[in-house]
Amino acid sequence: MMDTAEMLKVFNRYRGDAIVVPGRGGRHWVAISTRPSRDLPLGDPAMGGHASFAMGLALARPDQKIVLFDSEGDVQMGMGILATIAEQQPANFYHFMLDNECYGTTGGQPVPGARTVAYDAIARACGYTRTHAYDNLETFSLNVERILSGPGPVFVALKVRPEIENEPIGTRRKWRTRTQVQAIRDLRRELGIAEA
Amino acid sequence: MTQAQKASLSPETVLAEMKKNRVTHVVWLPDSETNWLYLLMKAEPSLTLVGVNREGLAFSAAAGISAGGKHPLVLIQNTGLLESGDSLRGWALGLDIPVVMMVGYRGWTRHGVNTDTAATYTERFLNAFGINYYLVESDEDAPRISIAFEEARKTKRPVAVLVADEYHGFNR
Repeated sequence: MMDTAEMLKVFNRYRGDAIVVPGRGGRHWVAISTRPSRDLPLGDPAMGGHASFAMGLALARPDQKIVLFDSEGDVQMGMGILATIAEQQPANFYHFMLDNECYGTTGGQPVPGARTVAYDAIARACGYTRTHAYDNLETFSLNVERILSGPGPVFVALKVRPEIENEPIGTRRKWRTRTQVQAIRDLRRELGIAEA
Repeated sequence: MTQAQKASLSPETVLAEMKKNRVTHVVWLPDSETNWLYLLMKAEPSLTLVGVNREGLAFSAAAGISAGGKHPLVLIQNTGLLESGDSLRGWALGLDIPVVMMVGYRGWTRHGVNTDTAATYTERFLNAFGINYYLVESDEDAPRISIAFEEARKTKRPVAVLVADEYHGFNR
C-alpha cells in the first residue's frame, strides 16, 4: 500500500494543466497543488457521485484533460457509471481510484469485498480503454507519466494506506479553503466560461 | 384530430423545447414510455445522450456537465427521482446547478383516485427539497418547459417539469 499524499506528490510532477477533481484525496491535494484554479476540491457532495461528476465535466470539456481521484467506497456505491463512462469513451478522462479497503471517514469499517474486488478488471470488463492496478509507490511512479500521456478513458486502481477518522464530524479538521460553489466558479473563470 | 390527440403532449414538442433552451446533453434513464422521444433525441445532432443506470447518477453527471459550461437536462421517471434524494441534495442543490429535470409522472391522473404510490409521493418529495415544479399535460402547456429553464437559470437551482402525459409526451 502507498501513502496517499506521497502518491499525489508524484502525480503532481506530471499533472501539466489537467483539471483535477481530487475527491477523497482532497485533504492532501489542496496543500500539494500549485494550480488551485484548475482544481475542484469538492469534498464529498454526496457519496458515489464523483465519477459521474468528473465524467460530465470531461464530456463538457473535451479540450481539457480531466483527472479524478475517486475511492473504492464511492465506486461501489455508483458502480454503474463505469458502464456509462466506457460507453461515452471520453478520451480526456483519467480515473484514478484510491482503495484503502475501508470506509476511512466512518471509523475504518471494511467495504464489501475489501480484499477481493478487482476494480481494474471491472473497469476493463465495462469497456475502459486502458486499466491498471498498483499497490506500491515505486511502480506507480514508473508508470504515471505514461498513463497520463495516453488517451482515456483510463482506470487506475491504487492501494493506499487507510487514514481513519473517528471523531465527531463537527470536530474534524476543515481542509477545504473554498466553498464548493466558489471552486466551480473559479474553474469556470479559469476556462473562460460565462456565468449562465 | 380527436379530442384526445389535441390534448396530448407530443415528443416533437418536448424536443423543440430542449433545442430552444440550448440543451447540449440529456442525462437520462428510460422512462416506461420514452422510446419515440429517444429516437428523436438520437437523431438530433445538437444533443449528446448520456445514459445512466441509476437516476442518482444523473444529478452528479449533470453537475459536472454544467460546471464545464454546457447545458444538461435530466430526463427520468418519478420512481427514479425518489431514489435520487442524496445526489439531488449534494450535487445539484449543493453546487447551485441550474438544471431542469423532466420527470415522467407515472401514476398521475387528473380524474378519479390515484392508485400508484410513485405519483403519491412525487410532489411531496419535491416540496420536501424545496424544488419548484411545473405540470405539463399537453402541447398547450409547452411554454411551461421554457419557464422552468428560465427559472433554473435565474435561481441557479434545479427545477422540475412533471410530464403528466408520459405516453404521448415521450411516444407517438
